[in-house]
Amino acid sequence: MSRIKTCFDRLKAEGRGALIPYLEAFDPDRDTSLELLKQMPEAGADLIEVGVPFSDPSADGPTIQLAAQRGLKAGATLAGTLELVSAFRTSNDHTPIILMGYYNPIYRYGMERFCQDAHKAGVDGVIIVDLPPEEASELAPYAKAVGLDMITLTAPTTPDARLKHILKEASGFVYYVSITGITGTRSASEEQLKTALARLRSATDIPVVAGFGINTPEQARTAASISDGAVVASAIIKAMAATFEDGKATSKSIPTALEKIRSLAAAIRK
Amino acid sequence: MTSSITNNKNTRHNSLRNGPDASGHFGIHGGRFVAETLMPLMLELEEAYNIAKADPAFQKELAYYLQHYVGRPSPLWHAKRLSAHLGGAQIFLKREELNHTGSHKLNNVMGQILLARRMGKTRIVAETGAGQHGVATATVCALFGLECEIYMGATDVERQKPNVFRMHLLGAKVHPVTAGAGTLKDAMNEAMRDWVANVENTYFLVGTVAGPHPYPAMVRDFQSVIGTEARTQIIEQTDRLPDAVIAAIGGGSNAMGIFHPFLDDSEVPLYGVEAAGLGLDSGKTAASISRGAPGVLHGNRTYLLQDDHGQITEAHSISAGLDYPGIGPEHSWLHDIGRVNYVSATDTQALEAFQTLTRLEGIIPALESSHAVAYASVLAPKMTTEQNIIVNLSGRGDKDVPTVAAHLGVTL
Repeated sequence: MSRIKTCFDRLKAEGRGALIPYLEAFDPDRDTSLELLKQMPEAGADLIEVGVPFSDPSADGPTIQLAAQRGLKAGATLAGTLELVSAFRTSNDHTPIILMGYYNPIYRYGMERFCQDAHKAGVDGVIIVDLPPEEASELAPYAKAVGLDMITLTAPTTPDARLKHILKEASGFVYYVSITGITGTRSASEEQLKTALARLRSATDIPVVAGFGINTPEQARTAASISDGAVVASAIIKAMAATFEDGKATSKSIPTALEKIRSLAAAIRK
Repeated sequence: MTSSITNNKNTRHNSLRNGPDASGHFGIHGGRFVAETLMPLMLELEEAYNIAKADPAFQKELAYYLQHYVGRPSPLWHAKRLSAHLGGAQIFLKREELNHTGSHKLNNVMGQILLARRMGKTRIVAETGAGQHGVATATVCALFGLECEIYMGATDVERQKPNVFRMHLLGAKVHPVTAGAGTLKDAMNEAMRDWVANVENTYFLVGTVAGPHPYPAMVRDFQSVIGTEARTQIIEQTDRLPDAVIAAIGGGSNAMGIFHPFLDDSEVPLYGVEAAGLGLDSGKTAASISRGAPGVLHGNRTYLLQDDHGQITEAHSISAGLDYPGIGPEHSWLHDIGRVNYVSATDTQALEAFQTLTRLEGIIPALESSHAVAYASVLAPKMTTEQNIIVNLSGRGDKDVPTVAAHLGVTL
């Protein structure tokens, strides 16, 4: 069974949703991001999203844009990000890793080669922001061949008929972009989330996680109780980035990020 | 007239004018590479556009505004002094710089604003490089009383001050974008971020033949009035089709507009002139086809300037309107199939052409269009005086006077 399925089955038995923190690869340097990645599960991460830095992150707000810029400056590439996951897997074989990024670095790397190398590195799923189902067929067969889940994104703007259509082939889990907007900006209300989840549940049986605009422990708890998991990205990066000096990590950087994750994890477990 | 002149309808099975396919692809290029939030909107826009396109009332309304507001048709001017100076082919200038707001941009903007109104949108966002598209968009927003937000790279805001002030006068809000190099690519990212956050009431008025389907096809359709007129005018003036058509390319809307009605005239060579910047191999270029590789950015697959890892690299051109690391997907396809020749002109060549045309014809061209004139200066001397070239003079150069003065060492 895949790590993602095992993880959600276990959480279901525990009767709670997942905490899915996000980490931008190589932000602000390779070693810091690897160390943080390694310590995230112990701090309460159930699954982890690893962002692949891209020069033009048009769906991201200022916090992740800056993280991507720092990552690129530190030499991040798609190959380097896969290598980061490999290094993580030497000490952790159970926490699912989801790569999140934009299509061009993958397209340039080569679609078949990417799926094979991601699988070998220990990646479990991939979220490609700018690869909608209409264009995904060129990558999907290669992902399927190695058991890499291509995570389907859904949004408040997705009509019901389209939801049913695009979720037919969904695997792993469904990512619900809970606001119309970019990352790290506004937040969905509890009511909006409940309405959306009802729509999603009637279209799919696989787990649904919510992301975009989830900043505080309370928001994470609400989102993870209505859906099957909460993705938190900008809030963690923002806290950590506040500890940087001249764009470089300090002794406070990793502890600050982990502390943020612990507070989110505690709220979800309440 | 021969049949090749009259039979120019794109109903032929083997026509090159039938693209894109149903899902918006031109060969491997084009498509709809957008976030899910925007995907339903793209489908809605496509449907709205298809209905409008087939509606005679829409076409009649567009024709009315093109004639009485934009000032179409634009003349085709036989530039005799320039032709004599170059000592070869006769140069005919398609005078798009005479349109209201000073460039071809208004052709597309007028079409899209009428569509946005039909769709009930009340707020318009647009990206702009040189500011020509921003000015055109702000203009129609003033005309129809719509809220207008323009995203413009901070570097471009600095080098295109007159256009920024124009947009302010027209009532638009101009947002300088400081991300990246502060040019068109970064403005496009920011405009997309605004759009995704305001999808309900906002229409994204794309200025070139790029972006997710249906934008490349729609903008091309609105700009094809250039080529349709030019084709009729050159036949009226010379009794035959031209021996070459030349247009400058950033995103490629003026070029696509003039090329499209000639695509099935296989005997007419077409030249798209990319901005080589400081030179194709200088590392400071905007020549996406000559020095790029296929990739995905801003909603479409096309030739992009990028590094080996798929990170988009910064473009460079003296002309803010050509300073973009990509090109419209239909151009990429026309390059792949060999129908259009993609060539280039450097900053220096464009500056020379700018001055030559100004002195010999009394027409101050935009720096963008100067790239097309520059290539005409290379091509014309290799042709006979009986041959004819159409050059698309896509914009006027008043906005570029400060830039040119600076390059010539003149303090204004």
